Amino acid sequence: MNGPQDLGGQMGFGAVAPERDEPVFHAEWEKRALGVTLAAGAMGAWTIDESRHARECLHPADYYASSYYEIWIKALAVLLQRHGFVTADELAEGRALVEGARPKRTLKAADVAAVLAKGAPCDRPVSAPARFKAGDRVRTRNFHTEDHTRLPRYARGKLGVIEAVRGGFVFPDTNAHGKGENPQWVYTVVFEGHEIWGETSDPALTVSVDAWESYLEPA
Amino acid sequence: MPHAHDHDHDHDNDLDHMAARVRALEIILTQKGLVEPAAIDAIVDTYETKVGPRNGAKVVARAWCDPDYSNWLKQDATAAIASLGFTGRQGEHMQAVFNTEDTHNLVVCTLCSCYPWSVLGLPPVWYKAPAYRSRAVIDPRGVLEEFDVDLPAQTKIRVWDSTAELRYLVVPLRPKGTEGLSEEELAALVTRDSMIGTGLALEPYQP
Repeated sequence: MNGPQDLGGQMGFGAVAPERDEPVFHAEWEKRALGVTLAAGAMGAWTIDESRHARECLHPADYYASSYYEIWIKALAVLLQRHGFVTADELAEGRALVEGARPKRTLKAADVAAVLAKGAPCDRPVSAPARFKAGDRVRTRNFHTEDHTRLPRYARGKLGVIEAVRGGFVFPDTNAHGKGENPQWVYTVVFEGHEIWGETSDPALTVSVDAWESYLEPA
Repeated sequence: MPHAHDHDHDHDNDLDHMAARVRALEIILTQKGLVEPAAIDAIVDTYETKVGPRNGAKVVARAWCDPDYSNWLKQDATAAIASLGFTGRQGEHMQAVFNTEDTHNLVVCTLCSCYPWSVLGLPPVWYKAPAYRSRAVIDPRGVLEEFDVDLPAQTKIRVWDSTAELRYLVVPLRPKGTEGLSEEELAALVTRDSMIGTGLALEPYQP
């Protein structure tokens, strides 16, 4: 969706302002926000794609006024309600009031190290052969959907070159909406800076995105 | 609950609001048996003390010292990195990209905050914030200047936008004058930012 998350090339956000010797966390609540987000995700009720979409569906004014952990927590509240684990009344009162949905599993402390070390690979076999190969010229499709997608606006309708075929991966555009993993080939596609940014581009710039096959057409 | 929520540090009202909100959420989920506070403690401990940019620095130093390892890292970064013991969440599908005299690599996630946790730990705040995410793809040289990285105008810049599940580790150029250094000494020159592309490896200490 053309939401607040789609930031590439937007202007007005000022300097990057890196912090010297930045701590891993800036407040105790950030630690709990990280942990509760990961632990709730480990229930297996939603995918990483659905959680990303929940974050980008925050109102733009809210998204831009929030730190990243705030964005996580606000989206987590949406996901927990959507999947029946908590109610709005419970969030307002700060305590459990009703039974609610039961998870497929819960993350135990003893399993955390193994679960984090294993991760959640999302490569999948794709039966069809890859449509493109390294060196092929492609044009990204130009589409605008309110659903989740991972093709940024700045890279839509642009001419690029396939640099690498990365394998088959879960397709987030359907997976985010409970419509299946539908794995597709993923390619690294490289664009010249001027193809994206036009006459004001840095002449020595190239930009790449990793694109699912259905984002691409031969050129 | 077994963990402490005491707030003995300074923060403003907005953060107090978030502290209350996150605490309430954790209480509800704990009462319902959906999350275990000790599991949250273990997650936090992992990223505070176990998984961080020293992992990536070891990968880079090994690649600088061992051409065979460097080739492996180019061909199959996930396996080469796993051989040093670094695996898992947000590092399931790794790609290593090597800086050269001609080309400098810079990694961003314009759409969210994708970052190679298994080798760099959790991303810094600026990596997740709009200024970096918006500007890295359109004005990378300006961004680099803010990190005190001044590349020659003819140096090509390649920006990698992490739009899928591949996670990128930049292998910075090995600094000159480091021929006699051990792998461990070399790893100490590899900063987090140099592995994102917003920095260069440190020069060796000159007494």
